[in-house]
Amino acid sequence: MIRPDAPVLLEIRDLHASVDDQTILKGVNLTIRAGEIHAVMGRNGSGKSTLSKILAGHPAYTVTAGSVTYNGENLLELDPEIRARSGVFLSFQYPVEIPGVSNLEFLRVATNARRAHRGEEELDTFAFEDLVRERLAVVQMDPVFLDRSVNEGFSGGEKKRNEILQMALLEPLVAILDETDSGLDIDALRIVAGGVNQLASSDNATLLITHYQRLLDLITPDYVHVMAAGRILRTGGKELALELERTGYDWVDQELARLEGGRTPVEVG
Amino acid sequence: MSSTATVGDLVSQPYKYGFVTDIETEKIPKGLSEDVVRLISAKKEEPAFLLEFRLRAYRQWLQMQEPDWAALGYPGIDYQDIIYYAAPKQQEKKASLDEVDPKLLETFDKLGIPLSEQKRLSNVAVDAVFDSVSIATTYKEKLAEHGVIFCSISEAVKEHPELIERYIGSVVPSNDNYFAALNSAVFSDGSFVFIPKGVECPMELSTYFRINSGDTGQFERTLIVAEEAASVSYLEGCTAPMFDTNQLHAAVVELVALDDASIKYSTVQNWYAGDENGKGGIYNFVTKRGQCRGARSKISWTQVETGSAITWKYPSCVLQGADSVGEFYSVALTNNKQQADTGTKMVHVGPRTRSTIVSKGISAGHSSNSYRGLVQIGPKAVGAKNYSQCDSMLIGDQAAANTYPYIRSQQPDAAVEHEASTCRISEDQLFYLQSRGIGFEEAVSMMVSGFCRDVFNQLPMEFAAEADKLLALKLEGSVG
Ligand SMILES: Nc1ncnc2c1ncn2[C@@H]1O[C@H](COP(=O)(O)OP(=O)(O)OP(=O)(O)O)[C@@H](O)[C@H]1O
Ligand SMILES: [Mg+2]
Repeated sequence: MIRPDAPVLLEIRDLHASVDDQTILKGVNLTIRAGEIHAVMGRNGSGKSTLSKILAGHPAYTVTAGSVTYNGENLLELDPEIRARSGVFLSFQYPVEIPGVSNLEFLRVATNARRAHRGEEELDTFAFEDLVRERLAVVQMDPVFLDRSVNEGFSGGEKKRNEILQMALLEPLVAILDETDSGLDIDALRIVAGGVNQLASSDNATLLITHYQRLLDLITPDYVHVMAAGRILRTGGKELALELERTGYDWVDQELARLEGGRTPVEVG
Repeated sequence: MSSTATVGDLVSQPYKYGFVTDIETEKIPKGLSEDVVRLISAKKEEPAFLLEFRLRAYRQWLQMQEPDWAALGYPGIDYQDIIYYAAPKQQEKKASLDEVDPKLLETFDKLGIPLSEQKRLSNVAVDAVFDSVSIATTYKEKLAEHGVIFCSISEAVKEHPELIERYIGSVVPSNDNYFAALNSAVFSDGSFVFIPKGVECPMELSTYFRINSGDTGQFERTLIVAEEAASVSYLEGCTAPMFDTNQLHAAVVELVALDDASIKYSTVQNWYAGDENGKGGIYNFVTKRGQCRGARSKISWTQVETGSAITWKYPSCVLQGADSVGEFYSVALTNNKQQADTGTKMVHVGPRTRSTIVSKGISAGHSSNSYRGLVQIGPKAVGAKNYSQCDSMLIGDQAAANTYPYIRSQQPDAAVEHEASTCRISEDQLFYLQSRGIGFEEAVSMMVSGFCRDVFNQLPMEFAAEADKLLALKLEGSVG
């Protein structure tokens, strides 16, 4: 839902970032207001996951220029756990397995960290059981997954559901969902999309990274962005995704060539 | 560096038990000789059989070589530069705690082991050993009502010489190995436990070893006997002050389980480990062995090893009785420049004997952590079974982990199963936990305690949480 007067939750300005001296993001600009749903699309390797991990604070990436403001704060200065506690959430494209760490215990510690940050009372094991059972319903997940180690031996789709369960527990202000739809069967896709819609409100915002219209049929985006070679090349409404479905990404090359060509060469001396 | 840094070197949290108690001690001069052995025995007013035992051990020791097969490196130990007897200057062991030097009580208070009537742990009897001497044993009377003997070994030598004579050296012979021979010659004190036939010990028993003097070797001797159908759970804990010289600790523990008896022996070892450059710390050379003498008897070792500069320790089970059971559950954590070579021996003698080995090694910093285990199945051990699982976890990329499993079977139908794994805490796993609001150190400690869960589950309830905290503490302030 677009409300021009809604507060800005996330403001990304000219973000440049690299990993191992290789530049990956080359000037990303994006403004997200409360209540909005944004979709980011783009070819494999265009930098979508990199952007999402930088927002979450992954240590492997170095921001070389630009800024990110979250809720009025300099996001890039915060440690990843502080970002999470203050409401930034990333649903990973490839959630990792953590053998030996109980999923239930992990969810409880994470939830309490977020609650403590919000000045809410921490939940003991019993109170948390009640909450988690209620939130399991959002993703229609079987409680047996609580007794296993975090993501260990979960199928691709089960991992994705576990991500959305975490989102339901952490109640983020900005949720970044990196290809949460990939790996889900048809029913699961509907369930997960239903969950995301249920959690979306006028106070929070969602950034969906996806390759497919089928997700956007279920979660209607307010904006669609196309990412290419480390920047956002084009922004439109939900119809842009439908257009991409027809045209593919061929036009991207021409657009990039035009951009590169139009740039004044930097004098080295 | 912020906590988002990669998993780097680990630097241990300052050791909080490193204080020295200022107390007058009686020490004998440095050095070892037959006269020193006689002097120790005389000071303890020992009967002739024990002096003989010591002298025989001393002569055997002179003939032996220090072992060099472990994956450990340390400069030679000068056995003449060690004091073999030190005791706080309070003459007799006191009948009542009120008479014990308050400084000693204070020391144990500070270590979290309150001994006084009001403050002591409610369901754990404690024998507190300070340098070479046991200073107090709690709940003795209550235990005596059940026929359980729990006292220092020196006291047992005086009060129950027939039991000591019967059992001492019967599991670990004095010439078993270099360090066992040394211990047999000069052992100072330790605990004695005797659970008579049919008695289930009504409380946890625990011995707390505290080294205080800087130049003293610590040679305790523990003997636990469980008669037919008796059972006991025993825990030892240990700490030492921080000195920048190394101190030798060479203990011997013997366990005897008769028919249907069971002994559970747990250790939480937190001797001073030396500083981050490897200066100082305890050299821990320990021989621990249990003998399942009777049918259907059971001996279970659980150890959480976090301290010492060097650990050389292989708690073992000799499974003699038919259908007897041996278990070994171990967590060994090394950090900085610590070295550990630890594991177990399961010797299957009787038919249908079973053993389980679960070893979890965690290496951080520049440390080295080796598992060394032997499963031996003798010709009469028909239907014997062993299951071994050895897992290593590496933190950072400077630490080393090794596994040396030896299997010797003379029984074609024995079932021996060995599983091993190595994992490294990855940056992505830590980031995943962090991205859910969990701090970096807590994330490491969650993964480490998850890794150790199988072993912690074996510890007596009161101590499982302690062990978890201890590991967290050892890794705290460390990653980044
Ligand atoms: N840690 C890294 N080391 C080296 N290269 C990296 C690293 N992370 C990302 N890259 C490179 O950066 C580029 C962008 O990767 P990214 O994962 O952001 O793409 P993506 O848009 O999410 O692609 P996909 O649609 O396939 O998920 C790729 O070329 C990738 O190989
Ligand atoms: Mg991606």
